[in-house]
Amino acid sequence: MTVVAVIAHALLGSGALLALVRLARGPSLLDRVVATDTLLVIISASLAVHAALSRDPTVVPVLVVVSLLAFVGSVSIARYVGGMLLRSEREGRE
Amino acid sequence: MSALSQIADVVAVACLLAGAFLCLTAGVGLVRFPDVLSRMHAGTKPQVLGTLLVMVGGAIRLHGLAAAWMLLLVAAFQLLTAPVSAHMISRVAYRRRHVRRDLLLVDELRDAEEGDGVNRGDEPADGPQPS
Repeated sequence: MTVVAVIAHALLGSGALLALVRLARGPSLLDRVVATDTLLVIISASLAVHAALSRDPTVVPVLVVVSLLAFVGSVSIARYVGGMLLRSEREGRE
Repeated sequence: MSALSQIADVVAVACLLAGAFLCLTAGVGLVRFPDVLSRMHAGTKPQVLGTLLVMVGGAIRLHGLAAAWMLLLVAAFQLLTAPVSAHMISRVAYRRRHVRRDLLLVDELRDAEEGDGVNRGDEPADGPQPS
C-alpha cells in the first residue's frame, strides 16, 4: 500500500506542478482560470486519494467545499471578463 | 471474506491510480496545448472521469455510508458544474479572440457574428442594460 501511495502522490504532484507552470506562464487570464480549475480538481483528487489510502474519512467534507469553490471561482472570473469585454466593445463603438 | 476484501482493495487502488494518472495527463496537456480551448479540453479530463474514478475508489476503501454519500455528492456536483463553467469560459475565450483560428476545422460562429455585435442573446445579463 505504501508503493501505491507513493506512485499516486507522485502522479498527482507532477500534475499539480504542471498546472502551476501553466498558471505562472499563461498568456491570458482565461488560461490561468483553466489552470486554477484543474489545480483545484487535482487538489480535491489528492485529498480523496489520501483519505482512501489511509482509510480516514476526516477530510471528506473538505472535498465538497473545494469543488464548490472551483465552480464559483471560475464562473465569477468568466463573468468578470465578459463584463470587461462588453464594456470595451461598447466604448469602441460609440 | 479476506479474499473478497482483497479484491475490493485491488479494484479501489486501480481506480485511484487511474484517477491520479488522469490528473498527470491534465497537467501535461495544460502545458503543451496551444490555446485556451484545447487547454480546457485537456484540463477538464480529470474533472469528470478522474473525479469519478477517485470517488469510486474512495467509496470502496472507506467503509461507511456517510463518506460514500458525501463522495457521491462531490461526483454529482462535478458532473453538474463542469459543463456550466466550461461553457462560460469558452464563450468568453471565443469572444476575446483567445482562440487559434488557424487550428480550427469548423468555425460556425465566424459567419454568425458578422451581423449583430456583442449581444447575441445567450443570456440577458450579457446584453446592454436598459438605462
